[in-house]
Amino acid sequence: MTDRYLDDLEAQSIYILREAFSQIKPLGMLWSVGKDSNALLWLAQKAFYGKVPFPVIQLDTDMELQEVYDFRDRMVKEWSLDLKIEKCPPEEEMDSTLSPATRAATRKTEGLRNLLRDSKYKGIILGIRRDEQSMRAKERVFSPRGLDGNWDFKNQPTEIWDQYKTECPDGCHIRIHPLLAWTEIDIWRYTKREQIPVVPLYFSQNGKRYRSLGEKNITFPIESMASNIDEIIAELEITKTSERSGRSMDHESEDSFEILRTGGYM
Amino acid sequence: MKVKTALKYYELVVTCEDKIMKDRQLYEKLRIVIVGHVDHGKSTLIGRLLYDTNSLPDGSFEGMEKASKKRGDVMEWSFLLDSFQAERDQAVTIDTTQINFTHNNHKYVIIDSPGHTEFLRNMISGAAQADAAILVVDADEGVQEQTKRHAYLLSMLGLRQVAVVINKMDNVDYDIKIYEKIASDVASFLKSINIRPTKIVPISARNGDMIVTRGDHLDWYEGRPLLDVLEGFDPSRPPIARDMRFPVQDVYRSEEKRVIVGRVESGIVRTGSKILLSPTNEDATIVSIEKWPKGKIEKVEAKAGECIGITLDKPVFVERGHVISLPKTPPMLSNVFRVHLFWLSKKPLKVGDVYKISLSTFKCFATVQSIDRGIDTNDLSFQEKAEQVGRNQVAEVTLRTHDMIALDPYENNYKMGRIVLYDAGEVCGGGTISMEDYADQRRLQKPKSENIQKVDHLMSYSRRVARNGYGGGVFWLTGLSGSGKSTLAMEVERILFDKGYQTYVLDGDNVRHGLNADLGFSPEDRAENIRRVGEVSSLMASAGIICITAFISPYRSDRNRARESSPNHFHEIAISASLHTCEERDSKGLYKKARKGEITDFTGISSPYEVPENPDLTINTEVNNIETCVSQIVAYIENNIKLTTEELDLAGLENLEEKIRVH
Repeated sequence: MTDRYLDDLEAQSIYILREAFSQIKPLGMLWSVGKDSNALLWLAQKAFYGKVPFPVIQLDTDMELQEVYDFRDRMVKEWSLDLKIEKCPPEEEMDSTLSPATRAATRKTEGLRNLLRDSKYKGIILGIRRDEQSMRAKERVFSPRGLDGNWDFKNQPTEIWDQYKTECPDGCHIRIHPLLAWTEIDIWRYTKREQIPVVPLYFSQNGKRYRSLGEKNITFPIESMASNIDEIIAELEITKTSERSGRSMDHESEDSFEILRTGGYM
Repeated sequence: MKVKTALKYYELVVTCEDKIMKDRQLYEKLRIVIVGHVDHGKSTLIGRLLYDTNSLPDGSFEGMEKASKKRGDVMEWSFLLDSFQAERDQAVTIDTTQINFTHNNHKYVIIDSPGHTEFLRNMISGAAQADAAILVVDADEGVQEQTKRHAYLLSMLGLRQVAVVINKMDNVDYDIKIYEKIASDVASFLKSINIRPTKIVPISARNGDMIVTRGDHLDWYEGRPLLDVLEGFDPSRPPIARDMRFPVQDVYRSEEKRVIVGRVESGIVRTGSKILLSPTNEDATIVSIEKWPKGKIEKVEAKAGECIGITLDKPVFVERGHVISLPKTPPMLSNVFRVHLFWLSKKPLKVGDVYKISLSTFKCFATVQSIDRGIDTNDLSFQEKAEQVGRNQVAEVTLRTHDMIALDPYENNYKMGRIVLYDAGEVCGGGTISMEDYADQRRLQKPKSENIQKVDHLMSYSRRVARNGYGGGVFWLTGLSGSGKSTLAMEVERILFDKGYQTYVLDGDNVRHGLNADLGFSPEDRAENIRRVGEVSSLMASAGIICITAFISPYRSDRNRARESSPNHFHEIAISASLHTCEERDSKGLYKKARKGEITDFTGISSPYEVPENPDLTINTEVNNIETCVSQIVAYIENNIKLTTEELDLAGLENLEEKIRVH
């Protein structure tokens, strides 16, 4: 009984995935190989009975931790995924006026832009959540993006009664966010209940663990003794530190994340 | 006996649900939207609620302080949620946002919403997801325009759990008289729109009075603080005790099976149940509820709220938008209904406008037939027969859809009784359905009157056809306008007649001059048109005549019905040609008119054509010339009107009698 709210979240995410698959073509999903997009892949297998019916795309900066790459290759086999790797342009090509971490993060925005230009996806599924960051809290489940992939947050579509915006002009695309209503602790409870595999970096080693996975140059582990999912959940129940505290690009200035997001960042 | 059992079961379901509701409080998230007039302090209230429940993440309080100082303000709580630079610079909430917090084991999702009129659609996007609402009213300003409009919309969205807070009591020296005056204003307005507020709480968001704790300034208030009121609210549950509705979201085909997926919107889906599909009126039985990973235990039922996939026992036609129900408790079918509507587009809604609408997973086009009432949410006055509905206004309108749509009145089933309207792919309005003054158009399966008894003929069909030497039949030509139905039918009729057969063509345009002169081209008129032709052709076939019909007859359901009228003599002949070819032929100039919009409901352009699934014969008029097509049909007919052995024996007798009479 305690996890019936997880059933509700699961049902809602499955509904969103099926809605996207039915209404938007071609469709792809971004896979960061982190816990959220893993849970999302699990949900996709539930929605489509064991086979993820669209490509999963990794925006690769060649800066992920080795464990992430190992895990990726293992899951691609285990889940028969259609993996596409999009190499992100080098940091030297990014806007040099940006502060260092934001500049590094922009590589993914550019990678995504290249991907959309070359592969013509009309829908991109992402595992972002409202509770990660206050900008993401304002997102729609189906969120249209303009010609440059930019987010017109002042003019978001009305979204009611599970009726979504699924049409957009040529050259534009729609971001689909099936995990928007989930929280960090929800993801861990679900990962435990469903026994979804995760990258071992989330578990404490020598008093440190990664709470959020990102590029090794701009992401740092936190102090933690949590070495399994139960301990992670127990830790999250009392923590007051933000999940993305180990992500440098969020904290360089008050509006650093807004600049990233309006430019098309995930 | 049966009724009793059913009743008992219903009670059981209801009691179980009640119990679950109580248990759930501890485990479920309650989603609360904060609404009210601009600057009455919604975002501040949320900031305070989070701060006082110790729910703010580390650093966010400091961040808020820093951002406030930067703009020279005093502590701006709203910065916590108003994260956009534009929102902070103008101190205005633009878009709705959500934030989770837990207190006393109760999980909450707080939904903030903007108070400005121009962001009303964002307020609606937020409120539509909520289980309960807090209506914020400024003690200085009292009830304002947006207070009323927001309250009205809460009522329209079906939110019944509403708490009111009179905020900024610190600005009015915590004066009980001011509280009482505003509380009475709010209560009387809410009563007129069918909302009974749970509590009206005086608060000061800035000082934290009567929010989480009582504070020091409001001793005269006998009620409990706001958070206690919130603890009493229940998360809304999907309507499990209502009639089962399972709208088809998609159909997944694999080599082994066809899985029909969707969300159970109400009631319970069970394997082994006989079901009815709407609007096609097809029936089938549920074989399985699919799941992944498979697991050891088979799934045999799924309750409202679950997203599932099912398989059926037979390959009936199913597509997205169809609604599965139990046969005895189906949704209504109609192409005309009333909507209590809110309008969000800059472009006003006008009589005669056509919009794409969506009800659950079903999409179609609808024409605004009339605007019955424009409603002023400020004083609740209304204007009869308005010409248009402007942005952010509310009205009662009548819509006519081009397709028959399966629906329930909102009061019976909220999940299946609400629609949204789209303009250029964007939701531009929405509302709840009422069927007042309109009948369920689910076509009668049985005669209307019960006092009808069939009289037996003294003459049998066999004797009739025995004399003729061939059987009667209905040869039903179906295809797009311009596919060649009439041309072929007339030519086939002539050839058969010349060969000595009794034959007659029922043609679409001809029948509409007489028998069906009272019918138009709306779906229900088309259905009735085909129903009558089906019956007449059945009578002709029974009389031993070879009846050829030439009707577009675009709906499978209608053709199936015609087949049911002549179960042993019906032959479906698909006259096949692409839309492109038919449009190029355009012998009657109808496609041109339809493209210009001069003809509405035109099959292939603005109205669907459902290609026959298993026709008895397909004639391709795109590849073959007329002569070939005609001879194919003639050969098919001659092949299918041969007498049975029994009829042949009878034929011998008839001929004998004939000879005796002659001599």
